[in-house]
Amino acid sequence: MTAKGQGRTAFAYLAPALLVLGGLLAYPIYQLVLISLFDYGQEQVSGGAPLEFLGLGNYQKLLGDQQFWTVLGQTVGFAAVCVVGTLLVGAFLAILATRVRTWVRMTLFLAALGAWSTPAVAGSTIWLFLFDANFGFVNEVLGIQGFSWTFDKWTAFGLVAAQVIWCSFPFVMVTLYAGIKAIPGEVLEAAALDGASAFRTAWSVILPLLRPIILVVTIQSIIWDFKVFTQIYVMTNGGGIAGRNLVLNVYAYQQAFAASEYGLGAAIGVVMTVLLLGITMFYLRALKRSGEVL
Amino acid sequence: MRRWLTEGFVLVIAAVVAFPLFWMVLSAFKPEDEIISADPVPWTTRPTLDSFTRALTVANFGRYFVNSIVVALIVVALSILISFLAATALTRFRFRSRTTLLIMLLVVQMVPVEALTVPLFFLMRSVGDSVPVFGLNHLGSLVLVHLAFSLPFAIWMLRGFVAAVPVELEEAATLDGASRFRFLWQVLFPLVAPGLVATSVLSFIHAWNDFLFAKTFIISAVENQTLPLALQVFVKPDQNDWGAIMAGSTLMTIPVLIFFIFVQRRLVSGLAGAVKG
Repeated sequence: MTAKGQGRTAFAYLAPALLVLGGLLAYPIYQLVLISLFDYGQEQVSGGAPLEFLGLGNYQKLLGDQQFWTVLGQTVGFAAVCVVGTLLVGAFLAILATRVRTWVRMTLFLAALGAWSTPAVAGSTIWLFLFDANFGFVNEVLGIQGFSWTFDKWTAFGLVAAQVIWCSFPFVMVTLYAGIKAIPGEVLEAAALDGASAFRTAWSVILPLLRPIILVVTIQSIIWDFKVFTQIYVMTNGGGIAGRNLVLNVYAYQQAFAASEYGLGAAIGVVMTVLLLGITMFYLRALKRSGEVL
Repeated sequence: MRRWLTEGFVLVIAAVVAFPLFWMVLSAFKPEDEIISADPVPWTTRPTLDSFTRALTVANFGRYFVNSIVVALIVVALSILISFLAATALTRFRFRSRTTLLIMLLVVQMVPVEALTVPLFFLMRSVGDSVPVFGLNHLGSLVLVHLAFSLPFAIWMLRGFVAAVPVELEEAATLDGASRFRFLWQVLFPLVAPGLVATSVLSFIHAWNDFLFAKTFIISAVENQTLPLALQVFVKPDQNDWGAIMAGSTLMTIPVLIFFIFVQRRLVSGLAGAVKG
């Protein structure tokens, strides 16, 4: 077939994909930036008032708003706790999994698979019920009936973080376990022959070999935990009392759809996208440096 | 001795991890007075289907279950078709903008789709003016967005599988007189099946679990809600119907769980194939 014919067939095959991606991803991304530059409120949506171009006005408003900085700080802090927790639990269990018999490991993996596959909404409501002030099993065991975990800002955040860690550690555990298993036995035997202790082997042999995998799961976790929506929304009933449990994603949603400040909501969306793209760039750079081929 | 300790510890951890799911299923079968008892116990002597009945009748859960299934299955079917064609184009043909397209596919995967709720909301609103089925309050809008979100990864992943099929096979098929169309659907398509399974599971779970877009798009048409939203119907400020919530959660979790267990092996090999490709 001629080169031109090839190109034509290729585009015929690509057409449906390009149509869907162009219309439902590329165009909305452009629209997101556009909307964020306008004063887009309830009057404009219903068609009563003309659109007013604000330029960077929404961003100015956002950056000058104390609540935005609080929410941004909370988002970073919340994501950090979730990421560190997920990695620690996942890594710890991956190591333990290499030291037990198969049936014990399978039991652990099966339980983890269950947590992993639970839909976020279902997982959130289960945890809410377990930690319910009056009927929850946890309060019964701890003997603190009537204590509300979701009332206080920090216990609410802690509860949500625990739920997020519960459903995201399995990914880290399974990936790291596969990584450890892929390390050739000779390497570990050599280390043992040289008289390295278990700790020394883990620190100086296994850890450097696993670095690329650890990097991947870390960045992946950062990206996921930075944009948690469902858990916060369901467990703190839309961002907590007076919005004190808000994170960026929920904040953007509330600004746009609850307060009808669509321009402002879009601006928050842009900020979030830029932050995540920054992290992704860092990720790709790090991947390249560690010798990974794309 | 030490191994016994480690194994005991691991089993305790497994029990803790599985406990929320156990509690969900248990509570779904408990009679109502045991659920709102001040002293909950981790067993029941009088299992009942009352909560399931309530979930399915009072809140019309069956309807939402069907809605969720319909959305997820259409997304899976369409994304298989579209991504298979696109992946074939990107691996089997050489054309000028190929590399640019590949890089764009990669970048698009990094965009947080949650940030796109606002523009997508307005897009669906205007789409709905001309084609109501794909507009707000209709399941079509959910199909469209989840299709768009699942495509980049699906194409990226299938590329590796298509590339793994030897070109000689295509030449042989052509020599045997098979048309391009025939080769595509009767030779290539079955050969990339493991990759299709892996991608469709991810698309299914994505569409099935979605809460944000269902909440944003399905505003007033209660009959078109999906499961994640329907679950919220039971959540009331003062008195939650925990039995029905747990029955609903069970119904919602089981399809994903079964799916996951069935395909976990294929998923792992599929993911590995994508990485290698």
